[in-house]
Amino acid sequence: MADIAARGPAAVTGDSRSGLHKLMQRKSTIAFLMALPLIVLILSLVAYPAGYAIYLAMLNKGMTRFVGLGNFDFLFGRETFWMVVYQSCLFAITAVIFKAIIGFVVAHFVHNIPSKGQRKWRGMLLVPWVIPPAMSTLAWLWLFDPSYSAFNWILANFGIDRVPWLGETGWARFSVILVNVWIGAPFFMIMYLAALKSVPEQLYEAASIDGATWWQRIWYVTLPMMRNIIAITALFSLIVTFANFDIVRVLTKGDPLNTTHVFATWAFRVGIESGDIPLGSAVSLFMVPILAVAATFILRDISKRGSEV
Amino acid sequence: MVSRKVSRRRFVAGTTAVSTALVAAPFVRGAYAAGKLTLGLWDHWVPGANKTSEALIREWADKEKVEVTIDYITSQGNKLLLTIAAEAQAKSGHDMLSMAHWLPARYPDQLVAMNDIVEPLIKQNGAPNGTVEYLGKVNGKWLGVPCTIGSQIKGPCSRIDLMKQHAGIDVQAMYPVGAPPKADGWTLDAFLKAAEACQKANHPFGIGLGTTSDSVDTAGAFFHSFGAELVNAKGDITVKSDNVRKALDYCKRLTGFLPEDAPSWDDASNNKWLVSGRGALIMNPPSAWAVAKRDAPKVAEQCWSHGFPSGPAGRFAPYIPFFWNVWTFSKNASAAKSLLVHLSSRTSAEKLVVASGGYDLPAWEKFTDFKTWAEEAPPKGTLYHYPNPYNHQKLSIAASPAPHKIAEQIYTQGIMPQMIVRHHKGEAMEKTLDWASREIEGFMRN
Repeated sequence: MADIAARGPAAVTGDSRSGLHKLMQRKSTIAFLMALPLIVLILSLVAYPAGYAIYLAMLNKGMTRFVGLGNFDFLFGRETFWMVVYQSCLFAITAVIFKAIIGFVVAHFVHNIPSKGQRKWRGMLLVPWVIPPAMSTLAWLWLFDPSYSAFNWILANFGIDRVPWLGETGWARFSVILVNVWIGAPFFMIMYLAALKSVPEQLYEAASIDGATWWQRIWYVTLPMMRNIIAITALFSLIVTFANFDIVRVLTKGDPLNTTHVFATWAFRVGIESGDIPLGSAVSLFMVPILAVAATFILRDISKRGSEV
Repeated sequence: MVSRKVSRRRFVAGTTAVSTALVAAPFVRGAYAAGKLTLGLWDHWVPGANKTSEALIREWADKEKVEVTIDYITSQGNKLLLTIAAEAQAKSGHDMLSMAHWLPARYPDQLVAMNDIVEPLIKQNGAPNGTVEYLGKVNGKWLGVPCTIGSQIKGPCSRIDLMKQHAGIDVQAMYPVGAPPKADGWTLDAFLKAAEACQKANHPFGIGLGTTSDSVDTAGAFFHSFGAELVNAKGDITVKSDNVRKALDYCKRLTGFLPEDAPSWDDASNNKWLVSGRGALIMNPPSAWAVAKRDAPKVAEQCWSHGFPSGPAGRFAPYIPFFWNVWTFSKNASAAKSLLVHLSSRTSAEKLVVASGGYDLPAWEKFTDFKTWAEEAPPKGTLYHYPNPYNHQKLSIAASPAPHKIAEQIYTQGIMPQMIVRHHKGEAMEKTLDWASREIEGFMRN
């Protein structure tokens, strides 16, 4: 105490200045400051809306009083809601599986194209992914149009009966999944292609020397080397597909008989169109636990493999 | 520190001098002395219609010295609906917004009462129809002023030739130009027979059964024609009534004569159906006819807008009104009201109707006789009966007379068309009614 008093206020100020200087020179401080704009952006555009959605989901329909988990409790008793849960899972899981398979196959084709012409093919195959989905879905709507479907016109020329692409539950679900696969498969293709390019050629050479067939090369070399990228891509796509809005909204608006609604379109119907914003928020938040469970399993698997390596 | 004491004599002298200077100064009226007003109006699909409304507003603004900003907001992609919802949440935005059907009643406490201008307007222009009052007046408070722009009847628009040829019905004789309708025989039974005949001739009636507005409006009018209410005015669920059963049975039979893909139709499908020449009848305001005039003139020449068929409970036409509404957070509500009085005059309403090619319908009783409807062509007089000039049908909205918060959900979630499709696909009547009851029970929460 006496020592501090002897040094006086000037010495204390000098210390704090050098402390601040040291703090500013730390890598973690610089990293934090550089990341600060992004943190602010995420807080304002992600954390605040998410928190506000949770708050809204806990209000009554008139938004005048707090009802806790009442809206979720109400949803659990609605058959339409469970139909939407089923459809969202069907839509997302089926679409992700097909996108992964198609992406994997096409990535192999592109990988085997001589590098001179590969860029052209890569560019062309990415087109569905880079067109704004609302626009490309509109083109699909015309192809599936209830009365003037181009597909049906072609089928009719071959003497095949017209298909109610958007008019019957089974076909309508097929159509929305098909469009999602068409839009999303190029993303898988490009990710898998990048992963394929990073697999060391020596592994394939060694496998060939051991007499491995093409299937064994894929099973024992390619797939293990791509597992992490496959898992991350699938998780990312699952999240985006679960949250999809535009495809269903443009193609079917949830019809026929609400059998193509997914969480986002149903939340819009309930919250914005029907004026029940708290219930709409509750519907949209229902995606969170489903995706959290999927993310936990997939990321745990990835980190487990990472620690094994 | 220098201290300066102000004496009473000095204070009086000073304030008197300032007051004299202020009183003597000349009054300079600024260009926008009466303040600012921001308007969010429905973006009309008819080319040039926005220009007319803008000219009317500018005319008023110049006279009243108000600085007006107009945003024309499209209803495509629900942009207008989203704007309204966002402004209601933020309690900030335009002073005045156009709102369709259920929206004013969604925000009763956030809208300025308009009784002081609507009541004199009623004396001047005649009473608005019952549906306008049901939607726009809540607990004695007018939540908005009935708006000409966008208000529409979605009655039948028939093909003169196809109806005559296949169903033996002369729609022009039934709804003659310049004379009251001779439509006693235009009943739901006649409609069903005509639908069957046209379907056999490969020109089915184009009525959608999706969950978008056109499908819901038509289904609602059929239900009203049987006196079928899903929820009554008191808020009791009345799904399991004989009238609902009769309406559902009728609609099921009618669905058999509609295009197979009607359950997936949206609001554009019926327009395309008529314009393509395939349909003998659709339920729509004259927008489809207007598009046909541009894209398929031969089809347009054969179109005739007329009344809805009558049922056991009367003749009901699907009707969608718009309102002009002022938020309570508006800082210039008095200027907005002055503008609304200007826009609700007979001269303004007629200009708006002319600009929209007869599409827009003023809600006021005395405003159904503008020349446009008699003169629009081809064929001349095609829109004569569109504004219901002889009041021979009741303008209605689906799900009425249920309390607004319940009716809005029945409407937006398309409960009636869904009931029809379910029953048509083979679901037993009672099972369909059970489903509808359960859905509506969910709409009762507060």
